[in-house]
Amino acid sequence: MLSRVAEKMYWFGRYIERAENTARIINVNTSLIMDLPRVKHIWNSLIEITGCEVEFQNRFTVIDERNVIKFLLLDDFHSIRSAVSNARENARTTREIMPTEAWEKTNELHLYIKNSGEKGLTRAGRHEFLSEIINRCNQLTGLLAGSMSDNFGYNFIKLGRNLERADMTTRITDVGCLNLLDDTRVELQNYDNILWMNVLRSLTGYQMYRQNVQDRVRGEDVVNFLLKNRQFPRAVAHCLSEALNCSELLPHHDQTLRTIGQAIRTVDTDVISLLKESKLHDYIDEIQLELAAIHNSIATSWFGHQISEDLLEKIE
Amino acid sequence: MDLKNYKTPPRVYDEMLTGGNRARPGLMPLVSYLRQMKDANMAERSRKAELAIRTMGITFTVYSEGENIDREWPFDIIPRVIHEAEWRTIEKGLSQRLTALNLFITDIYNDEKIIKDKVVPRELLRSSKDFRPECRGMKPLFNTWAHVCGSDLVRGGDGTIYVLEDNLRVPSGVSYMLENRKISKQVLPELFEQHDILPVDDYPTQLFDTLSSISPRPGDYPEIVVLTPGIYNSAYFEHAYLAQRMGAELVEGSDLVVAEDDCVYMKTVEGLSRVDVIYRRIDDLYLDPEVFNKASTLGVPGLMRAWQKGNVALANAPGAGVADDKVVYTYVPDMIRYYLNEDPILPNVPSYMCSDPKHQKHVIQNLENLVVKPANESGGYGMYIGPTETKRRTAEMKRLIKSNPRNYIAQPIIDLSTVPTLCEGTIQARHVDLRPFILSGSKSYITAGGLTRVALVKDSLIVNSSQGGGSKDTWILATPEKN
Repeated sequence: MLSRVAEKMYWFGRYIERAENTARIINVNTSLIMDLPRVKHIWNSLIEITGCEVEFQNRFTVIDERNVIKFLLLDDFHSIRSAVSNARENARTTREIMPTEAWEKTNELHLYIKNSGEKGLTRAGRHEFLSEIINRCNQLTGLLAGSMSDNFGYNFIKLGRNLERADMTTRITDVGCLNLLDDTRVELQNYDNILWMNVLRSLTGYQMYRQNVQDRVRGEDVVNFLLKNRQFPRAVAHCLSEALNCSELLPHHDQTLRTIGQAIRTVDTDVISLLKESKLHDYIDEIQLELAAIHNSIATSWFGHQISEDLLEKIE
Repeated sequence: MDLKNYKTPPRVYDEMLTGGNRARPGLMPLVSYLRQMKDANMAERSRKAELAIRTMGITFTVYSEGENIDREWPFDIIPRVIHEAEWRTIEKGLSQRLTALNLFITDIYNDEKIIKDKVVPRELLRSSKDFRPECRGMKPLFNTWAHVCGSDLVRGGDGTIYVLEDNLRVPSGVSYMLENRKISKQVLPELFEQHDILPVDDYPTQLFDTLSSISPRPGDYPEIVVLTPGIYNSAYFEHAYLAQRMGAELVEGSDLVVAEDDCVYMKTVEGLSRVDVIYRRIDDLYLDPEVFNKASTLGVPGLMRAWQKGNVALANAPGAGVADDKVVYTYVPDMIRYYLNEDPILPNVPSYMCSDPKHQKHVIQNLENLVVKPANESGGYGMYIGPTETKRRTAEMKRLIKSNPRNYIAQPIIDLSTVPTLCEGTIQARHVDLRPFILSGSKSYITAGGLTRVALVKDSLIVNSSQGGGSKDTWILATPEKN
């Protein structure tokens, strides 16, 4: 398989996952704001999750529902629209590798956002719009699982999907923790329970969490579940072990396997003591750097990229 | 469908019906099939064809207003029919022509015999945009330069088939020929029971064999790639299509690298992998930024070096386009006589070379009744069609010819033959041409028929898809064996 094609498949996997995750976060937070109408900076935390604070400030002066939703649905940086249109560009040029239907579904999704995107800006139309996007993304994932051979191409898609998933889970967990641990956000501490439930819901993890942890929703347990659970598909540990399986099937995988192994060890750290010492944020930062290292290892092993010097420094 | 009001334009040869709207010999079953078909049924089948084209994603790309649009391929379901007996003669003529053209290209890059013997003037090559001095001394395998050629044929008012031009650079359209057949089998299946039609679908296999035969490393599985300029190219659909049908990798310039051993490799997830044959669908000048256009990002630095050392085969070979030049075209009948000592089987359209003062005078005086073509353009660009042009354009053309006579040839207007075509619910006469594809390698192969392009606009003679043209399935109807 050509390196260029492999890279496109990988990014296709990432972008579809990104679109779905973004849709989920917006959906859950739109519902949360109805429970906590006085907590304004929920919108702020959505921008923090995407890590596009600077881009947002360049575009808008006020952080309010309208602007944040506009930014995340239809803008050019970390929006659903841009993720889907990037996925579509990647699929367009690899049409002979992916099942034809997958290209068609991706194209339809792109057209749906183009034609109905405005609907998502209002609270009334948002739920329907976002649910449709989540459904279509799931349909695509299922279609690939059911109709694409487990070849190099599919493994690159899965690799991209799992890294993106792990990345998003760490971001959502991180922002959830910030809300709860930051003293300036005292107003939120009374809603502890609701907020952690919200974090779980953003990752479709509430139901699975309840099955796994038969107790009230507590911060430590939620963080443990989202980072270390081996069975829940959006838990970081699960994503990493999936990535490990995919990499094992690809040639020249030594470096990538080592990097993923290192990340798995980092995730295994005892979370409870960190929570008590308020070091959780640093710990999640560390996991994020490990994820970046995995991405770089993938890019150098299979896409023919040269690793950049400053990134090497950062990782070491 | 009603054929009573069917009208062939004056002085034009209709390929299905004669003057009294009677079927031409052998076409009675097809004509009565059309006559008996209900209008609604015909419309339904036409819709089915459109739907098939959409689902199969048969597109050509038009770049306009900064956005890239994949347009669906316009297809007319009424087939165009040629009898096998006539086709065999055309095939012989095409094969003869390609043999002569390949000998010519080898000759002008090596011994220059045809110039020394004063059959073709040296001046002609020196001023050709597609003559590549870098190719001097090269002798590709089998002395074949144009491995894939698409020659455009037209039929004049008396039924004679003429060669209008030879496309020896990167001719396109063959994928549409293949898809057209697939669609007509779907929407007119009964006709395939009644008629014995020569199949066309072995083209990708034949192309693969032709490309294999020129591999510099003899072996069972040469690595063949299709080199595309990318998705913004109007023929990208075809590049992807052929790569897929041949089981070859579809690569862009950035996927290839010429290593220190002057061999070409592609970058794969398993590392570098040696490439033997490149079916390149980009023009000479973009092939290698080290030799040609320095700014080109489509090509591969060092590719010409690898080719010159014989480490990789390029199809078509660089420099083959010299025989694609419209002025060189006028010498093809002379080439056939010179190299093969045979008379040309297929005639050229009579042509006036503006570089010849006597011809130029005639052209200037009769410009309103002539077609003028720039020597090195394709796709119908820059063409001047006398009777339809404005006075201002005619004056401008005169000036252009006088300032650069080498760049222009003029031809009398050939009234292209017509074929019944479905237009807004009725059957009307529309002009057609034909592009058969000729493969040359260890052996040669010619498609059974080719791509028929049809000018969908009434009375128009322009068949290019970028300018309102469509296409038809082309049937070579087997001649029944005599018992």
